[in-house]
Amino acid sequence: MASMPAPGTAVLRVSNLHKRYAAAGGATVALNGVDLAIEAGSFVSIVGPSGCGKSTLLQIMAGLTTATSGDVLFGTTRVEDPPRDVVYVFQQYTRSLFPWKTVEGNVAFGLENKRTLSRDEIAARTREMIGLVKLTGFERHYPWQLSGGMQQRVAIARALACRPAVLLMDEPFSAVDALTRAGLQELLRSLWRELAFTVVFVTHDVDEGVYLSGRVVALTRAPGTVAIDIPIDLPSPRDQIATRALPAYLDYRARLLAQLFADEGLKSTEAA
Amino acid sequence: MSDVAPIDRQQAAAPSAQRPARAGWSWNTRLIGVAFIGLLLVLWEIAAANAIFPPMSFPRVSAILVTWWQLVVSGELPGEVVSSLWRMFAGYFIGVALGVGLGLLIGYVRFFYNLLEPITEMLRPIPSPAYLPIVILFLGIDDEMKIFMIAFATLFPVLLNTYSGVRSVDPIQLQTARTFGVSGRRLLTQVVLPAASPYIFTGMRVSLAVALIVMVISEMVAASSGIGYFILSAQRGFKIRDMFAGVLTLALLGYVLNRLFLAIENRVLAWHYGYTQQRS
Repeated sequence: MASMPAPGTAVLRVSNLHKRYAAAGGATVALNGVDLAIEAGSFVSIVGPSGCGKSTLLQIMAGLTTATSGDVLFGTTRVEDPPRDVVYVFQQYTRSLFPWKTVEGNVAFGLENKRTLSRDEIAARTREMIGLVKLTGFERHYPWQLSGGMQQRVAIARALACRPAVLLMDEPFSAVDALTRAGLQELLRSLWRELAFTVVFVTHDVDEGVYLSGRVVALTRAPGTVAIDIPIDLPSPRDQIATRALPAYLDYRARLLAQLFADEGLKSTEAA
Repeated sequence: MSDVAPIDRQQAAAPSAQRPARAGWSWNTRLIGVAFIGLLLVLWEIAAANAIFPPMSFPRVSAILVTWWQLVVSGELPGEVVSSLWRMFAGYFIGVALGVGLGLLIGYVRFFYNLLEPITEMLRPIPSPAYLPIVILFLGIDDEMKIFMIAFATLFPVLLNTYSGVRSVDPIQLQTARTFGVSGRRLLTQVVLPAASPYIFTGMRVSLAVALIVMVISEMVAASSGIGYFILSAQRGFKIRDMFAGVLTLALLGYVLNRLFLAIENRVLAWHYGYTQQRS
């Protein structure tokens, strides 16, 4: 694992981040002073209503978008371009995977850019990653010949093949059905436990955030700031049925939902 | 994506999502088409036999076919076809290479767009025969002139389509490349060129027809060999059956070239047809 800071220290540090978009009739403020430190090796979810700027925050952390003010530090360096050890996984896997490349070619895409690796090493690591996401036998298939869940597994394998220190994931499982999503959640958890990278996971699904993470950060409605930031202390390994039935799980879920609903001004309209 | 106005969207037609030619698409309708050609040839034969038009300029189909076969066997027509095809492909490939190169440059670098867009729009609408006399002044009447003419005419459809292809690369694919630190030459060869290839092929298909036309025109104006020269000199020498045989050869040539092109396109762009079908 390249340049991995010791566990407990911040691998990504966001300070006083602002993002404004110029729009017709004035500017839209997407982020309004976000502070966040992501510990090395942690699994952090960012939840919030749609349009709260959580994807924008992730894009700025990835170096794909620039902030209006404030900064992001990866280790000790300021993020301006995508850092070598930070990889971003897109929600739209059908557009992010290259349709002219096979599964193999897609997974090797990032590796082929590393000059330190030989051809054999690239092939071996590609094979290993395809095995880890359980797609052995599909090496020569094209992404568009696979189901949505399999395609997102290709995207995860491609991202992890480079052994990044940090994986930034933007609602990666929101475009697949519930059962496939549960499978992808299990896969991501087991890869995270095995390979010990850091995950920042953006989702609009509070349940998903609590189930997967060691910490959940909720943003307010735009202009986004951090509303609450709670550590999730649930036993590991997690289980789709047992974990989701724990009182502690339900309590975290209730606290986060209450925050989001209050922010949205949602009230029960059903008569008692 | 659209911070640069497209040069011209008409010629740069978006690639069709459907396969241009699907095997076994339906031999039934195709058979009707072949039968229709046969019917027209029979009508021609009857009209010529009854001398509806002056027999001098309107020979029987059967006579044309016999003449054509004799010219093929004697090696005269194949010889003309070889000199024509050499010029055509030399010009075509030079034009395609320049068109792709300039299209990438204009699509990638704003400065080159500003520099080259106006002159492209000035030169593009000029019909090739109009500048043929100028080209003869500088390059004479040999192969260089014809290759230049063909390359120049081939250039524009490829250039415009390549430009459109580069401008329409999915931004998520570009961001994906960025997150993996891929830029420069690798970004070009691994992402931009493959993503733009359906557009480039559309331009190349248009250009293939253009190349055939310009080849014939330039050979008719000034040449001592080639199929265009053959047709015109046959007409001037009152060898009308030879003239028709030359036109028939061109029809066959155009058909074969187009089929060949589609076969290559179907192979190279197989991913594109699979991908667009999945998404629709």
